[in-house]
Amino acid sequence: MATPENKLAFDGGWEYDPAPESTDHVNIKKRYGLFINGEFVAPEKGKYFDTVNPATEEKICRVAEGTEADIDKAVKAAREAYQTSWGRMKPAERGKYIYRIARIMQERAREFSVIESLDGGKPIRESRDVDIPLAAAHFFYYAGWADKLEYAFPGRKAKSLGVAGQVIPWNFPLLMAAWKIAPAIACGNTVVLKPAETTPLTALKLAEVIADAGLPPGVVNIVTGAGAAGAAVVQHPDVDKVAFTGSTNVGRSIQKALAGTNKKYTLELGGKAANIIFADAAIDQAVEGIVNGIFFNQGHVCCAGSRLLVQESVADEVIAKLKDRMETLIVGDPLDKNTDIGAINSLMQLEKVQSYLKIGKAEGAEMHQSSCRVPKKGYWCRPTIFTGVSQSNRVVQEEIFGPVLAIQTFRREDEAIIKANNTPYGLSGGVWTDKGSKIFKMTQDMRAGVVWANTFNKFDPTSPFGGYKESGVGREGGLHGLDAYVKLGA
Amino acid sequence: MALNAVKTSLQLPDLSRVPAVDEVGVNERVARFQTRSIKTASKVEALKLILSMIDLTTLEGQDTPGKVRQMCQKAIHLHDALPDLPHVAAVCVYPTMVHVAKDALKGHNINIASVATAFPSGMSTLSVKLDDTRMAVDAGATEIDMVISRGKFLSGDYRYVFDEIVAVKEACGDVHLKVILETGELGTLDRVRRASVLAMYAGADFIKTSTGKIQPAATMQVTLVMLQAISDFYRETGKMVGMKPAGGISTAKLAVHYLVMLRETLGNAWMTPEWFRFGASTLANDVLMQLMKQSTGVYQSADYFSKD
Repeated sequence: MATPENKLAFDGGWEYDPAPESTDHVNIKKRYGLFINGEFVAPEKGKYFDTVNPATEEKICRVAEGTEADIDKAVKAAREAYQTSWGRMKPAERGKYIYRIARIMQERAREFSVIESLDGGKPIRESRDVDIPLAAAHFFYYAGWADKLEYAFPGRKAKSLGVAGQVIPWNFPLLMAAWKIAPAIACGNTVVLKPAETTPLTALKLAEVIADAGLPPGVVNIVTGAGAAGAAVVQHPDVDKVAFTGSTNVGRSIQKALAGTNKKYTLELGGKAANIIFADAAIDQAVEGIVNGIFFNQGHVCCAGSRLLVQESVADEVIAKLKDRMETLIVGDPLDKNTDIGAINSLMQLEKVQSYLKIGKAEGAEMHQSSCRVPKKGYWCRPTIFTGVSQSNRVVQEEIFGPVLAIQTFRREDEAIIKANNTPYGLSGGVWTDKGSKIFKMTQDMRAGVVWANTFNKFDPTSPFGGYKESGVGREGGLHGLDAYVKLGA
Repeated sequence: MALNAVKTSLQLPDLSRVPAVDEVGVNERVARFQTRSIKTASKVEALKLILSMIDLTTLEGQDTPGKVRQMCQKAIHLHDALPDLPHVAAVCVYPTMVHVAKDALKGHNINIASVATAFPSGMSTLSVKLDDTRMAVDAGATEIDMVISRGKFLSGDYRYVFDEIVAVKEACGDVHLKVILETGELGTLDRVRRASVLAMYAGADFIKTSTGKIQPAATMQVTLVMLQAISDFYRETGKMVGMKPAGGISTAKLAVHYLVMLRETLGNAWMTPEWFRFGASTLANDVLMQLMKQSTGVYQSADYFSKD
């Protein structure tokens, strides 16, 4: 009965029929304007662009392309709202509005989930179970702080900053909007938010929620567009605070643009996290942790566990089990409830990931991909691992931002630390061991903003998040996340 | 027969080398199996497979030949209103009821499993347990479900538990041996994993979660840990070992989750009654009800399904 080399077989036999989430309940307009001063308005230059479903390459709808003139209008609206309504409102009242946003989001969670998966390609299982509930949780959490800032900063007087200009990425469109907007408005600021070009829809649905929640006009303005619109938000002279999540390259140019200004800023940038597995770890659960670390959201995660460091004595076992587990991952239609890995977010990103696959092979690494089928249309990448790589390889050093894992081995704890820290990034990391004392030793020595022990990619509104080195400046989330949106006086 | 007189080439493995189990991680993995959505044809296929994997069980002090005969009829005729139904894999009874079952199942390809070894507590001497086993085998049992000595296991006397399984296996001869770990008494998933490894190295053909007499009985968590131990054993030895969760699986929905877990942990080779069983007394009717629903579109009342 034994198959060759005692390998398990996962193909053929009983398979799951398609289980698509219905889209009947979803309401997407044919065309979206810019959400400025509490209403959707046409862009000054009248230009619109298509937003595309990356799983089918079909157009979903058209979205306004904001330009400098639109951004200026949005910042003026935000300033006006700051001075006349939001900045003067009693904090407890502000809190009520934010609670209302959170509740409406929860009520419309199903619609948000489907749109997030349609527009961005992520599996419905994740948008339904992670993105949308967490986004609502962020609004709930920061709503609670609105009237308690004196307890957040005992003995200091926390004052709002004014207008916050925020630019967010395409990997967690609604969740990043929540991370940015919730603490900003809880502290009494007003907002101009620019969603990513490839994933504007849930932010626009959020604009509808904000309108339905009855926030005063101009408190939250959402302006869609390309990179130029983002630059205009960042560089606008009447913006008091800049918050950006995205690539390290763009982050660097933002920092240059902000030099010499009085603007506060937080930057959440790239990462190349080491996920360290010791021989004494719970191996089967660690394998699951590797999968969650790198294949969650197609690997489009700044804190993804994209480097696996595994102790030599268990490396063969871990890699064999990982390959087995990869065979059970279902790649395909993001709206199917059984899909584990959805579509790569855009053609551009797919080409980037594929270029790294070529680079890895050219560097002499051994590439293994799962044998699953992928649809003909759309942007897809099978889960991929590289073995036989070393610290000097580009697939180890550079952020790929796709379902691609580089696997290295180590012998001793200190060697693991050296390799883990030997990167320009320092956003996150993971440690897997059954020994408690080793967890504390390792997490103290790893230079990363977030280190998970015996788990990976866990997020909570109460927990601060941010990076060391080229992974960014400042913290978002939790109590620390408030600090970025206030100035402290005596 | 003294334990040390057992002649065997089997070696007690070093249980300190058995990998640790992280309960939080196990819970997460189990939750993810439960998010799989099984619909239409794949659901019907799963439901029929579940029926074919059931060990239809009665293990009560009040069991009588009459009760056992009625259960055997159910094993043969699950629900004649539905064509193309498989029969269950086995009936599971006490040793004294084996001859009754054998008689009732004559001419049908249904296994007769008998619990043995001072079931359910296992609190007796080896010689009594071996006699118990031989009695069941002689009466015609084709499968023996033994219990391990949990007290000895918990006190660290792994050698005793190992040798006992080896001895019972020898008494079984060609008859299939299922080893019940009684996970509800082992307490932690780490111990479940160790006991699984011990039982497999001692020659178990199947490992089984529970007697059904202790709560909690089978859970997806302990079953996953046991399946992972089976996977490791197979990788190391090339030998397939079967799995039987027993007790507490009474709905078709939960049983489908178990199948998903089996498929994604051990793969297709284990997706047959030869390698996977459900120890259950009431599961069959819920599965039948779901199958009727799939074919007619409506649920029938429980009174339309025979309760033997």
